[in-house]
Amino acid sequence: MNMPTSNLLLVIVLATAVAYLLGRLRSQQIAKPLGGVRHLATLPNYYASLVGLWAFIPAMLLVLCWTVFDGVIISSLVKSVLPAEAKSLPSNELSLVLSQITNTASGITDLSTLGEEYQPAVNRLLFLNNISHKSMPILAIVVLILGFLIGYRAIDAKHNARYAVERIFNIGLLICSSIAIFTTLGIILSVIFESLRFFEKVPFFDFVFGTHWSPQIAIRADQEGASGSFGVIPLIAGTMLISLIALSIAVPAGLMSAIYLSEYASTRVRNIVKPMLEILAGVPTVVYGFFAALTVAPAIRTYGDQLRDWGASNDIQWLANLAVSSESALAAGMVMGIMIIPFVSSLSDDVINAVPQSLRDGSLGLGSTKSETIKRVIFPAALPGIVGGVLLAASRAIGETMIVVMAAGLAANLTINPLEAVTTVTVQIVTLLVGDQEFDSAKTLAAFALGLFLFVITLALNVIALKVVKKYREQYD
Amino acid sequence: MTDSQVNNVDRKAKLLKKRYAAESRFKWYGRISVGFGIACVLFLFTDIISKGVGAFTQTYINFEIEFDESVLGVDATSSPAEIKSASFGSFFKKQLRAAYPGAKSRKEKSQLYAIFSSDMPLILRNMVLADPTILGTRKSISMIADDDTDVYYKHGYGNDSNIGRLSDFQKIIVNEMISNGALEKRFNTLFFSNADSREPELAGIKGALVGSLLTLMVTLLLSFPIAVATAIYLEEFAPKNKFTDFIEVNINNLAAVPSVIFGLLGLAVFINFFGMPRSVPLIGGFVLTLMTLPTIIISSRAAIKSVPPSIRQAAMGMGASKVQTVIHHVLPLALPGMLTGTIIGMAQALGETAPLLMIGMVAFIVDVPGAVTDSATVLPVQIFLWSDSPERAFVEKTSAAIMVLLAFLILMNSLAVWLRKRLERRW
Repeated sequence: MNMPTSNLLLVIVLATAVAYLLGRLRSQQIAKPLGGVRHLATLPNYYASLVGLWAFIPAMLLVLCWTVFDGVIISSLVKSVLPAEAKSLPSNELSLVLSQITNTASGITDLSTLGEEYQPAVNRLLFLNNISHKSMPILAIVVLILGFLIGYRAIDAKHNARYAVERIFNIGLLICSSIAIFTTLGIILSVIFESLRFFEKVPFFDFVFGTHWSPQIAIRADQEGASGSFGVIPLIAGTMLISLIALSIAVPAGLMSAIYLSEYASTRVRNIVKPMLEILAGVPTVVYGFFAALTVAPAIRTYGDQLRDWGASNDIQWLANLAVSSESALAAGMVMGIMIIPFVSSLSDDVINAVPQSLRDGSLGLGSTKSETIKRVIFPAALPGIVGGVLLAASRAIGETMIVVMAAGLAANLTINPLEAVTTVTVQIVTLLVGDQEFDSAKTLAAFALGLFLFVITLALNVIALKVVKKYREQYD
Repeated sequence: MTDSQVNNVDRKAKLLKKRYAAESRFKWYGRISVGFGIACVLFLFTDIISKGVGAFTQTYINFEIEFDESVLGVDATSSPAEIKSASFGSFFKKQLRAAYPGAKSRKEKSQLYAIFSSDMPLILRNMVLADPTILGTRKSISMIADDDTDVYYKHGYGNDSNIGRLSDFQKIIVNEMISNGALEKRFNTLFFSNADSREPELAGIKGALVGSLLTLMVTLLLSFPIAVATAIYLEEFAPKNKFTDFIEVNINNLAAVPSVIFGLLGLAVFINFFGMPRSVPLIGGFVLTLMTLPTIIISSRAAIKSVPPSIRQAAMGMGASKVQTVIHHVLPLALPGMLTGTIIGMAQALGETAPLLMIGMVAFIVDVPGAVTDSATVLPVQIFLWSDSPERAFVEKTSAAIMVLLAFLILMNSLAVWLRKRLERRW
């Protein structure tokens, strides 16, 4: 029997439904001579659910494990019949050979690309794949039927099936909740393992303190600069520069609009303006990237050129030397700033509203104006929360990817001039990983080292921000 | 009144004036900030719309074609296979040369052909295949214009600005066509019915839209049940212990992890470790599920929290078990809030680009994907790909694709707002 996994899943789901119905009928049958459903230990639905679960869970577990592990097991079995010289290959070349064998077995390439001595391996692969594809559905259905029979026979008027069903329900909930842990674990393990492999090739201190970033791949081993240089300082500087520009726009604009909307604006204005500002938060980053690259950056360049011409004609030396890159950090930073305005303003809004009204009343009662109240009473009281919000916004800006990929450059310049092109950590992660890649080169692994760096920085910023916010909250409780 | 008293009053009035000036200045800072934000929204939208609105029309060239049986070498009785192998390319070129004898040199001839979309011979062939009886007749056909012609007709024609990439010779011919009334603009159905193409006039968003739909479907099917289960567990069943705290800390941290990191996770775990295929919506859905889970969990928890405890107590008092209380009473009441959170999470997933680049959904794919295991791209990635193309026509297409994406996002968010207003109960 040979069927695609999606059909098999459908069969399992249908069979589960049938099992449920049969279980329900059976429990009603048992209940009849006793004098009705109320003489059962629990409702027929629970008996039926238990039968359904007996049928469903073992079969699903089998299919899941099978699809996850059959590739690994088959390839290890195929490896055992490889010719002797292939077995001694390093792991990356071995995986190349294995993928060639797979291609040959599926008829994409000819055996001649591999050589006759690989014939047994190809045959073995075909044979094992065949067995795997044929036996999996049969086994799954056998397990399903067995499970059903066990559940079906266990239906008994005295046995309370509800306890078991609720137990399984609870376990299911617990498993779903643990996915968050597994995700975090997955992120940490994947970036750490690949980073460790990277640091085997490139010394840790060269990475952290290096001021030159040019991750070329070597075409020949003896090539000039074959190793590439992986100094992360220019990337950090570029990230900081763009984030600072973004924050210098977003923090004043966001904070002031939050203050205006919560302290001055009438309810009517607030109800119109607030959703409008929140539109900015819902626009996808790729749209901002397009906006930055095709509208803002050319505009800045044009103005820069005009300024330079004006400076040259009026003999202002520093203006005449003005050079604006078409991928300036300013464009990316400005657009990123616009993007995080609503983020800053909604966070500040929360903390400003959390300041007790009595503080305002007290200050106004002593005769201060509204702005004095805001500046001298509300702002200091809300400051920890605002600082926390700014830190969160900074972590947003550092981790933002699409705007900088589209509007910032690739050249790793170490500069603080916002009119020059800089590159960021996220840009490099994307550039290093998009397109063809071999998983063992320092170039690919460098992306994971950068990912580790990014993860640690954003995590640290978030933890600090939450700490700051928490500390503030305790003051008024 | 003494002098010093007058002075004092004077000073106080001055001080008061200063304070009021500061007050109104401060108020203006606020107004300017709000105005800046709104101006950004308006500018962003007008910029995108003004750039993209042109892509919703496409220029067609009405051109009379003589389906000459002798040139094509087929007639109405030929089999489809014979028609397929007939040379429609040279047939089409011959027709063009006959209609515009001005093209003399080789270069001019190839420029003449380039006024029309390069897919025209194929389209003519399909026309004949569909209805072989048109062979031997003369027929006026709306031809798809090449993107350069399209740009020229839409923007450059009339003023002598140097727009588009038409050569002087091509401009003469196109101007002649315009004065004959052969050119017309129509609603661009190709944009919605075609997948990606190297030719801007043939490139459409259907492939990317279907890819987005498949990816979102996987995301929804996985993230909604998992998130709801997690929220129920944490709010209703979880014991207060270190493990529960640990889960909560993890969820909150994941909400703040940059999306590109999830791409790294997908690449390292799903593709590299488990050997799953690249560029497929299934894996894209997995990655986006992990990314949107925190959003949905957090809003689902808020929805469960807002169900008053009296409901739970009443159910328990009637003898319901804890699980029955949750499934029969708490869950239905919290569902609108959960759905709202889910829609917002889905909107976030729909606009996400960076993690999908990592797992290879960035390929040039001309086929509309049919299943979650076909190679596909998604709408934001399509926007990213097109924005890199140098042709002016692709700028238009990119903006139009952005408009479609934004329309979907606005639709989803309005649905969420409507759901919240309509179904959420206040206790």
